[in-house]
This record gives sequence, C-alpha cells and structure tokens, in this order.
Amino acid sequence: MSTGYRIVKKEVYSPVTYMWEVEAPDMARVAQPGHFLMVRMNEQGERIPLTVADFDRQRGTVTVVIQAVGKSTREMMQLQEGESILDFIGPLGEASHIQRRSKVILVGGGLGVAPVYPQLRAYKELGSTTISIIGFRTQSLIFWEEKFRAMSDELHIATDDGSYGHKGFVSQVLQLLLEGAHRDTEEIVAIGPLPMMQACCDVTRPFGIRTMVSLNSIMVDGTGMCGSCRVTVGGKLKFACVDGPDFDGHQVDFAELMLRQRRFQREEQESLTRYEEECRLTGRTA
Amino acid sequence: MSTVKNIHTIPKGRTPMAEQPPQVRAGNFEEVALGYSLQDALREADRCIECKKPRCIAGCPVGIDIPGFIRAIAQQDMRRAYEILRQDNPLPAVCGRVCPQESQCEVRCVVGVKAEPVCIGRLERFAADYAMAHFEPEVLRIDSAGKKAAIIGSGPAGIACAADLARAGVDVTIFEALHMAGGVLKYGIPEFRLPKIIVDREIELLKQMGVKIELNTVIGKLYTIPQLMQEKGFDAVFIGTGAGFPKFQGIPGENLNGVFSANEFLTRVNLMRGFRHPEYDTPVGMGRKVAVIGAGNTAMDCARCALRMGAEKVTVVYRRTQKESPARAEELHHAMEEGIDFQWLTNPVKILGNGQGWVAGMECIRMALGEPDASGRRAPVEQPGTNFEIPVDTVIYALGTRANPIIAKSTPGLKTNQWGYIEVDEQTGMTSIPGVFAGGDIVTGSATVILALGAGRRAAKGMLQYLGLGPAEAAVVASAAKAGI
Repeated sequence: MSTGYRIVKKEVYSPVTYMWEVEAPDMARVAQPGHFLMVRMNEQGERIPLTVADFDRQRGTVTVVIQAVGKSTREMMQLQEGESILDFIGPLGEASHIQRRSKVILVGGGLGVAPVYPQLRAYKELGSTTISIIGFRTQSLIFWEEKFRAMSDELHIATDDGSYGHKGFVSQVLQLLLEGAHRDTEEIVAIGPLPMMQACCDVTRPFGIRTMVSLNSIMVDGTGMCGSCRVTVGGKLKFACVDGPDFDGHQVDFAELMLRQRRFQREEQESLTRYEEECRLTGRTA
Repeated sequence: MSTVKNIHTIPKGRTPMAEQPPQVRAGNFEEVALGYSLQDALREADRCIECKKPRCIAGCPVGIDIPGFIRAIAQQDMRRAYEILRQDNPLPAVCGRVCPQESQCEVRCVVGVKAEPVCIGRLERFAADYAMAHFEPEVLRIDSAGKKAAIIGSGPAGIACAADLARAGVDVTIFEALHMAGGVLKYGIPEFRLPKIIVDREIELLKQMGVKIELNTVIGKLYTIPQLMQEKGFDAVFIGTGAGFPKFQGIPGENLNGVFSANEFLTRVNLMRGFRHPEYDTPVGMGRKVAVIGAGNTAMDCARCALRMGAEKVTVVYRRTQKESPARAEELHHAMEEGIDFQWLTNPVKILGNGQGWVAGMECIRMALGEPDASGRRAPVEQPGTNFEIPVDTVIYALGTRANPIIAKSTPGLKTNQWGYIEVDEQTGMTSIPGVFAGGDIVTGSATVILALGAGRRAAKGMLQYLGLGPAEAAVVASAAKAGI
C-alpha cells in the first residue's frame, strides 16, 4: 500500500484553488463529513491537513480542495491527473454530529466551501431544510455553485467586490437571514478563514443558535501525539485533531488561535521566496 | 582458552569508547558514540570474570545470557555472540545504544563491586554492529501455522511481538499510523543517539520474515479493532501504540508561540527531518534561547537537538536534583559536556509573552526536596520568594506523555485505568478482550525501549498460547533465533 495514492481527477478552479479526487478505497469506505486527512507529496514534503470535501464509496475515492498559499500547496498544484502522492492518511478527527434539523444554515467562506459541502449533503439527505451561503473574494474564484444549489433549499452567494451576487461578507448575509425569514434556524455551520468564522459566531451569538466551526490549526501528525493543534475551547485545552476539528464556535478562543496561526509565518515566507527563486532559475511554473 | 581471570587479574578501569568531542558534535547530528574497535571489544570482554553465579542476567528486562555473549566475543566467535543476543533481544543494536545499563545489568555486575563494571552495553552494541557489517541474516522458511495476527504500532513493542509471532509461523501484519515504521525509534530518539539506518535494517529483517507493514493506517480510524477481528480475519491483536499524548504543566502562557511539547519538537526534527530544513520542507520553529522542562531521556534529546539546531543557549529546568533525574547516565553526561545549562530544583511558574503571542521569557521558582511522596521519591516544594525570570523564546515540555485515546475510544469493552492506560494480565499481556493483547508505553506510561521489547515478547507468548500454538512453537522460536533471524 506504499506505491502512492493516485490522483484520479484534478480540476483547477482558479489560479490558487484546485481539486483532487484521490484513489483511496479503504478511506472512502469510512470517510464522513467533518473528517480530515493528511497529505504528504514526497519524501521531503510536509504533512498537510485537509478537510474531506467529498467521498465516493463506489468509486473508492476521496476528494479534497486545496488552496495554493505556500510552497507545498503550490508545488502540489503541479501534479497532474494520473500522478500519485506518497502519503494520504485518514480519516482523522471526529466526524461531524449531523442529525435532521428543521432548518440549518451552512456558511462557507472561500476554501471553507469545500468542507461545508458534505455536511450540507448529509443534512439534506436527512430531510433538513437547508439554507446555504457561500462567499468568495471575487466572481472568478467561485466554485461548486451548482453542487450547492442541488442540495440547498436556498442558496445565497456573496462576493467581497460585488462582482457576483450579494456585495459583502457571508456574515452580513447571515445576519440578514437571521433577522428576516430564518429567525427559526436550529443550527448553523460556518467554515472558512478564522476571521470569517469568528464574525459568523459573533452574528449568531445574540440569537443563541449553536454554530459549529471547523478549525484549521497547524498540525504535524494529526493523531493527537504532538499538541501543535491545541486550542482553547470553553476555557479547556483541546486538540483540534482528536477532539475536533468541529467545535462549538461560541466556545472557541479565536483570538488565541489567530495568534497561533502565525507560528511559522517567517518560515512560510522564506520557503515561498526560495521556491519562487528556484522556479525562476529552472524555468518551472511557480 | 583464557587464563585464570579474577578481580585481581583484570584491568580495573573500563575500556573507554571513542566519541565525537563535545564542541564538534554539538554542531552535527551524527552519532556521538563511535563504538568499540575489535581491540577495544576484546579487551573489555576479557574483563568479564565469568562469575559462577552471574548477577547481571537478572538485571536485564529480557534476560539475555550476558556472560554467554561476552564469552563468545572474547573467543572471537562474533556469530555466536550475535545468536545469543538475538535469542532474547530482537533489537540488540538499538538496546546496546539506548538501554540504561547503569540501572539494569551493569549496576549488578560483580566486577563493579571492587572495580568498574564490565561495559555490557558497549559490548552488546559491538556484537550487533559487527553482525550487521559482516553477516548475512539467514532467512528461514517457516511453515504457516494457519493463524493471522495484527500488530498495532511499529515501535519496539510491536517489532518484538511481530518477530516472535512470525518465527512461530503466524501471518503477521503491522499497522502503523505514521508514514514511516519504527515508532519512537524514528520520531523520538534522535539520529545522534540512534542512526535511523539501524532501525530500517531491523524493519527490513522483519519484512524478510514475511511480516507485512501497512503504513499510514490509523487503527481506531481507518479500521477498528473489532473490524480487524470480525471482518478482516485476524485471530489475535497486539496493541503497541505507545503513550503518544503530550502532557503540559497547566501554567499560564502555554499556548504562546514558541511553546512545544517534546513530541512536537522531536517529531519535527527527527521524523520530518527538520534538522535538514530547507532540504526537507517541514520547519521546526525554534528560537535562539531554549528552555527544556524535565530531566528524563526525552528532555536530554530535546536539549541536545535544540543545541544542534543552532540554539544560542539551552537550559534544562527540573524541579528535583540531578540524583533524581531519570535520564540515562551517558545522555546526562553528554548533555553537560555539550554545554547545556542545568537549573536543578527549579520549576516554571508562568510563561511570559511579548504582547504579540510569542514567548518572551519564563518565570521560575526555586524548589527544595521535602518528605518522600507515594512513589518514595522526595517531593519538591516551592520556596516562596525565590521567583526569578529566565530570558527564553522557546519552551519545550518533556514531562512525559499520557495515553492516546484513539484506540480506547473505538474498542468497546477495552478496560483502561483512570489515566487511560490499557489494563493487561501481567503473565500473558492479554487485555479485558479475549484475543486482544497490549504492551509497552500504552500499558505502563512512558518507559524504555527494552521494557517495551520485553512486553512485546511476553505478549507474543501469551498470543501463541491463545492461538493454540503452544510450547512446541516456542521451540521453533528459539531455534529460529539461534539461526540469527
């Protein structure tokens, strides 16, 4: 089982966003919404945590959507369909606790749209009324609009610059919906960059509606061994990789987590600069 | 044949072993201890006076025939020395390097009463390294016993259990959560104490015996133990998952950037080869002034890695004294030689931030040893008014580990104690679930490689009995070991 994991399908959604459907039959069989997995491209590569965006138990594949933000994710973007990654480990974390809800609002910000999708589908399959809000910086970055439309009773799209749909942030749309037609929402899911999740939680707190977020803490092993992903939830120490990655957003210490996300800022910048230089010298695409 | 040897005829001093000098080795990750030459080994082997009633064997957690292998070295029969070692220890090249001989075999050495004890550990290392360099291992064809066993974890306990079961003809598969096999031998113990090539060779030998290793497989997530037994056809399971759950102290400031658990630090440096960043992508994120909390082997490993990673200053902070430090004597000694500062009878009180989420310093308090506690060790007591600050930007916690919950959470009926460690029958290693066995750190809490090995072997015996492959198979195991596999 160590000849690598084949990329069965690859799609590029934007200069910085791409999707891999990876052949991993055993993992596909047990993957659930909320799970994440670890990817390592090659011998020198880092272990990178990615939330499960889809799984197909018949095809034996698991899908992830990746944002090319640093050296590793940009290098990974060069892989083509048919090529293999060295390590693909999962499922990790606790699966989302999804049950039938009379009404649930699911909010995806940017890359967060991907891990929202399997939760949306699960809620819908259980007979819930699903309201979805997906937001991107600009129209050219939008992906999975049709997939969301198919599973949502209502779909709202927001762009920061107003190039498509509502102009503004997903949290603003959320506020409007809660104040208006969807005051009776039972549960909210919000996944995306930390400031977005924090903003959504701030919106929902006065309404007293539970808001589940998915934390993308920095990880190494992903199995609870190292504590890199530690986060304070409800005043207690939790590990995002074994206690999460889903948590009650109203309990999460976002301020602390946002500081912890900066742990390797310097190294990340240096790595990227080195990579771009290397690509320039060897004539490869960065 | 040797002439009469007794305490008066042998050299009183131990044969020194070549080492990299401290100033040099503090800047590289190569092995510190360079091993005996043949001359050194023969001289030291001759110091064993072959007592009528050897006391050393009882000190060895796996009962190696110590006088036997040493005599073989003295007779220059290196093959026989290696066979004797392998009879009881599947990883002599590892143990010769990492066992705390000073509290196991060597402390009981009769020669040690009036002179310096025989260097049993260095001789074990010599014999194992010699065999690795000169002999091809024989791979016996072993008939299948018609049973399948799953081993969870490819650390020392799992490796030892797998080897014994494979020798008895059991079809063995090891499931390893990480992307490399070896467990703590790979992610924990640094290259300069235990070269990874040695671990890889042992794992290769296992594969040659027919043992299958599935990496990247987290049991409890991808498959559960009930699934292994009910759906995947395994007749018995051994849990050797280690104690992989870091312990923090619970003082303010522990979530500041720059605070690591020893597991995180060592995994980045060793497993992910952070010491060769940027050739390897994973960064370590260490600052310039490092404090390591704790004084066991893990703390020594962290301190010495930090030094080699280029720290300006490394300070070990421990609430008891050097005497109470559980580290292997040689590691403590090497750490001191390398210029690491030791603050004994000192405990952290608070980790201080710089206002932007990074460690800026650590407030400590002095301790004194009071009355013995439940474990018999004198309990450290804070000395009020002795608070002081050390300027650090990195703090590494090496205070031991707790049980990782993934297996217990996914195995209904598996009895654990209040700290999450798995309860087992002392004789057989079996857990509360028939056919499921456990050993190593997941049972005892963080301990040593040799204890894990012993537990793995004990469980293998218990498993063979459970599988109905009794004493006859034990004889096969013994003769297979004799062949050096």
